[in-house]
Amino acid sequence: MPATETTAADRAIADLRQICGEEHVVTHPHQLRTYESDGLLQYRVTPRAVVLPAGADEVRQVVRACYEAEVPWVARGSGTGLSGGALPVEDGVLISLSRMRRIIEVDLPNQRVVVEPGVTNTEVSRAVGPTHHYPPDPSSQIVCSIGGNVAENSGGAHCFKYGFTTNYVTGLEVVLPDGELVQLGGKELDLPGYDLLGAFVGSEGTLGVATKITLRVVPLPERVRTLVAFFENTSHAGQTVSDIVAAGIVPGAIEMMDQLSIEAAEGATHAGYPPDAGAALVVELDGSEAECDHRFGEVEAICRRNGATGIRIAQDEAERELIWKARKAAFAAMGRISTHYYVQDGVIPRTRLPEVLVRIDELSREYGLRVANVFHAGDGNLHPLVCYDGHREGEPERAEELAGAILNVCVEAGGSITGEHGVGFDKKRYMPSMFDEPDFDAFQRLRCAFDPAGLANPGKVMPTPRLCGEVPGPYRQHPLERAGVAERF
Amino acid sequence: MATRARVRSEAPASAGEAADLVRDSGSAGATIRVRGGGTKLGWGAPAPEPDLELSTARLDRVLEHHAGDLTAILEPGVPLAKAQQRFEAAGQMLALDPPLGERRAATIGGVLASGDSGPLRHRYGAPRDLVLGMTVALSDGTVAKSGGKVIKNVAGYDLAKLFCASFGTLGLILQVAVRLHPLPPATATAVGRARDPESVARAASELAHSSLEKDCLDVRWEGGEGSVLVRLGGATAQAQAEGAARLLRESGLEAELLEHDAGLWEAQREGQRGAAVVRVSGLQSELARAMRAAERAGGTLVGRASLGLSWISLPPEGVEELRRELQPRRCVVLDAPRELREQLDVWQAGAGLEVARRIKRRFDPANVFAPGTFVGGL
Repeated sequence: MPATETTAADRAIADLRQICGEEHVVTHPHQLRTYESDGLLQYRVTPRAVVLPAGADEVRQVVRACYEAEVPWVARGSGTGLSGGALPVEDGVLISLSRMRRIIEVDLPNQRVVVEPGVTNTEVSRAVGPTHHYPPDPSSQIVCSIGGNVAENSGGAHCFKYGFTTNYVTGLEVVLPDGELVQLGGKELDLPGYDLLGAFVGSEGTLGVATKITLRVVPLPERVRTLVAFFENTSHAGQTVSDIVAAGIVPGAIEMMDQLSIEAAEGATHAGYPPDAGAALVVELDGSEAECDHRFGEVEAICRRNGATGIRIAQDEAERELIWKARKAAFAAMGRISTHYYVQDGVIPRTRLPEVLVRIDELSREYGLRVANVFHAGDGNLHPLVCYDGHREGEPERAEELAGAILNVCVEAGGSITGEHGVGFDKKRYMPSMFDEPDFDAFQRLRCAFDPAGLANPGKVMPTPRLCGEVPGPYRQHPLERAGVAERF
Repeated sequence: MATRARVRSEAPASAGEAADLVRDSGSAGATIRVRGGGTKLGWGAPAPEPDLELSTARLDRVLEHHAGDLTAILEPGVPLAKAQQRFEAAGQMLALDPPLGERRAATIGGVLASGDSGPLRHRYGAPRDLVLGMTVALSDGTVAKSGGKVIKNVAGYDLAKLFCASFGTLGLILQVAVRLHPLPPATATAVGRARDPESVARAASELAHSSLEKDCLDVRWEGGEGSVLVRLGGATAQAQAEGAARLLRESGLEAELLEHDAGLWEAQREGQRGAAVVRVSGLQSELARAMRAAERAGGTLVGRASLGLSWISLPPEGVEELRRELQPRRCVVLDAPRELREQLDVWQAGAGLEVARRIKRRFDPANVFAPGTFVGGL
């Protein structure tokens, strides 16, 4: 009955105007276009309205209004996500958190910072600098929001050593999908109860909206040393990574690029990478000065032993930035060698790298499409960039198919369909390659405990739509419980 | 009929058998207590004896150890000490060092389910931070997995975190994938001492904020004297520990260096167990206050300085007073005589209880997993 649905949404929108003010509710088709996609541009959905609440209380009222009108909604941070996690729902409301950008408290004595969800990742580190920092560093950190990082459990180049968003969130204020405001955790650790923080972080906006986020921050390391080593091919570079790890060294970051990505990145940045190198390995060590210097010597020796054709060691911060510049530009630089490209995000057990690379190479030839490879090599997180020409008939579809085939290779090797970009809308169809029906059933139990009406970011994560029934199975008091303890003793 | 019901005891030999037992108990409404090494059976709110005690003693295999990938897959009944031996042989460790209890019997399943941790938590986090994936059996017969076995993975909900520290009230852990870390080639510990809580707290905070990369940063308060313990690891452990000792001295403490530091850290772990032990979820900036409270209660304190967590071991009769004194910080009672646990709410449950109830109803629909032992009567 589309007529009644329209009325419900319309009523909700009237409420949103009341709650946030006329100027913070967008319904004009031209303006809505800005919000049609997140960082993954191939999917577009126009929401019914976009609302920009000013604070937690407005978010609470907005969500409550949606709940009462049974209108689905999607929360959005900076819209940099790469899995369509913030893709709007047709006839739904998009809640943009971009006005909630306050740093509420910097509590350095307790190594905590409390922020609103729209604060960017970089702003958190800046707020606690120059002595401390916030380690998770997704490559979009200058613009991506902490709220989005919480939803996606974002990682970054330094997470092999330092961990992910979930390892740094100690407290959340959350608006549940029925409009209730709850506190999970706090500045303190191990508060009694289930680890709802652990369940919420990485739930891709399907369990509620975080309106206040408490993060742990840590002192900056005493020393940071960075080198880039070049190799004839990726297998030499891969062996180097294995040897570094086997030596018991945990680099702050260890990043690999193959020939095609080096060529593109060098063309864009002129960072001084030899464009014909078969592979480049960026290794960054950090930590206590004595340890860092000692281990850095070992890393250099391991690179040479594996046939490094050249090694550049950063002598100062400027040289370090130059080394990183090429790596960080790798995605964007693909535009120089291909009109279109798709950034894949898969994970493998790191030791399977050589065989997986061979397989990706075979697939690339099979499909007649070039694939450039950029890896977070320490944790086996691959970002194959599938190059295609979007104007050629059938090529986008072939590229998508190839990207999917690469994921299957990752899963067959014992890995995952996503290391940091999330499942979102884009990857839900691949979920059955990792999980079976009982696993989805368990996932759904969590979702239903938070969102029984299924209004929070519906159509994401799970491969097929599901409804929450009543509590499955009989929930009954145990007979002994009813009878009381006295009966038993 | 006041006859005392007998607790049936079962030790399934496989995950399949265990899942069947759980399903059958669920459909019969028979309550289940999962038992690992039996070292923490006294924790949690006192509840009636269960109908079934499900021992994981025979689910004790290390299923996979991928040394090159720094990962392993374990059954829940593997004693943590045994797993560590296996990893040590490859120069690795599971970076979890809680007290292992009597006969060092604590199992990986028990440590995860209780969320217990030790000094290494400073650098490596809580048990939940080291778990990559988990397979569980639920009371309606569902056997479900989440996560995976690679160290980076965001596919699907992170149910393993929900099961960690859930005290066996949601389901039975059948299998767990964990991340390993390299064992440091050497360790050295700097110890600073002082006789007033403020000096100890100030020095601990100084170290917490220093750019030295610490493996462990603990404090101890016992019998009118306090200490700050800083463990450094790596190829240059000694040199790093000298740096830590220097910082301790600059903060006004008497400091010394210990290369053979194993006993010192074992004592820290032991300090987390006792006749009555309260775990304080505090703040780094309130460390001195916690030490003073421990002193007044005639107890000893072991704390993870930068994390704000403390374990205070004290005479049982002092527990309630201590909790009052440390308000509003939460003090979970871990070890305590049953009579005491019956008198007070061991958990001091706070916000978020309604969501917790909904979680319990969804995951344990038959309400058979250790009912009444967790927060809010769950």
